Amino acid sequence: MNLLKKFLFELQEITNLIISAFFGLFKSPRYVKEIIRQMDLIGVGSLPIVLLTGFFTGGVLILQTYPTLVYYGAQAEAGRAVATSLIRELGPVLSALMVSGRIGSAISAELGAMVVSQQIDAMRALGTDPNRKLVAPRIIALILMLPLLTVAADVFGLLGGGIVAKNLYGLDYNLFITSVRNGITTEDIIGGIIKPLFFGLIIGSVSCYKGLSTTDGTVGVGRSTTSAVVLSSIVVIIFDFFLSRAIQSIFDIKPI
Amino acid sequence: MFSQPTEDATNVADVIEEELEATDLEDAVDEPERVVPAIEFRDVHLSFEDNKILDGISFTVRRGETKVILGRSGGGKSTTIRLILGLLKPDSGQILIDGEDITNYSEIEMMTVRAKIGMVFQEGALFDSLSVYDNVAYRLHEQGIAETEVETEVRRMLKFVDLEDAIDKMPAELSGGMRRRVGIARALVGDPQIVLFDEPTAGLDPPTARTICELAIKLRDLEDVSSIFVTHEMKNLEYLSSEYATVDENGEVVFEMEGEKLCLINTEIVMLKEGKIIFSGKDEEFAATDDPYILKFVRGK
Repeated sequence: MNLLKKFLFELQEITNLIISAFFGLFKSPRYVKEIIRQMDLIGVGSLPIVLLTGFFTGGVLILQTYPTLVYYGAQAEAGRAVATSLIRELGPVLSALMVSGRIGSAISAELGAMVVSQQIDAMRALGTDPNRKLVAPRIIALILMLPLLTVAADVFGLLGGGIVAKNLYGLDYNLFITSVRNGITTEDIIGGIIKPLFFGLIIGSVSCYKGLSTTDGTVGVGRSTTSAVVLSSIVVIIFDFFLSRAIQSIFDIKPI
Repeated sequence: MFSQPTEDATNVADVIEEELEATDLEDAVDEPERVVPAIEFRDVHLSFEDNKILDGISFTVRRGETKVILGRSGGGKSTTIRLILGLLKPDSGQILIDGEDITNYSEIEMMTVRAKIGMVFQEGALFDSLSVYDNVAYRLHEQGIAETEVETEVRRMLKFVDLEDAIDKMPAELSGGMRRRVGIARALVGDPQIVLFDEPTAGLDPPTARTICELAIKLRDLEDVSSIFVTHEMKNLEYLSSEYATVDENGEVVFEMEGEKLCLINTEIVMLKEGKIIFSGKDEEFAATDDPYILKFVRGK
């Protein structure tokens, strides 16, 4: 019961945080500079790890599925296999997990340290709402940048898949690209971009909440950083299932 | 008035009290708003789960008065200050700022109240990512004031705390005392009429602690600021309750001891013990008390 109460309480607090950050966007002063700074930090800063993750994930997908495809005589469809799994699932989820590891931890550690050193109190005492100054720019930056990072990861994943297919299994690039193009639909692409919008919101709000609710000094900062990464990763994965189901029913995607 | 003279309070103290109220009334004719206390607590209770932090606290801080809040660590001193800023809300009771009941104000309503108050935090609580200049200018930048105006104000404040040279430094490069002084400069931007000090001298060497107290005395005597000074160091109390700042014929600020020329009446002491006020009054009364808890606090044994 206590656990359920704690869960509901945290859910309520996170929702309140999102609402107050959202409505704060329409009041002045607006922190546009801060949003751009966070976009640079989150987006450009995470690009290398997301590209590497995408590239090697695409590569390993081909590495593992190609022998099976050969068994069924369907090696020409290798591109389709890697494209659907990457664009629908692995691109959004893996990018979100990488970003939650890199950015979620940074956000909660930074905000947690600010709580512990009374900087958040000082900010409120000086008449600034931390939800508007600190939380909103981070959530907005994550919502805007995560889809872009996902697209980059997808492209590099296909590139990785193509290179592995050509160099290890001798599959022609043209054949690969054709099967990629046949394999993916507009719905896949839209779905693959809608997902990271939500993942950005989840990572941003969970990490900010965990950071701002830090207690017990420096030990608490460590604790809230860990729980920010763990919680946002788990929520991303669970949410991904339901989001996939929702996208399937919205776009009326049925098994062929 | 909410002062509670202890049993052995002398008649002299009572006479001072009466005279004080008479002066208040005289002032009221010219400046009626001076009768309204800057800060007033009315029977404030606060507990965290089963832990009682404040148990029926009532006191007032008049205009231009400094209230020194004494007490042991964890006795609810800092909590009192956080309540004034609305960073915490009491379970029951009322808190009034300039006669305005802020007890049930929302976070947005509190923002206008906070604009009247300057707060000096224990360790300075400077923003690590901003330079000294940007820290002091924080409030003005948030208000979107023109940069030239901001710079004049920041330099004026840094001059007040004697730290003009540190303007371009980052907080990490400053010593503990300097951080505290930058914190004071930041709190004083916009000339707030109420300033709250939360253990501003904790962990500082005696001369630096003295400098901080001098700043508080200057604010009280030259700027007519009402303030609360939370501390557990007796030396601070001695400075604040026995010295006053004045300007000599050369225009320099000098500190003089109270005595024949002037008797300091604008500093009072409140002593907290386990969430209750066990003493409230002047330093003379405080020195004369024979309450064993207070004696132990003063002497350390």
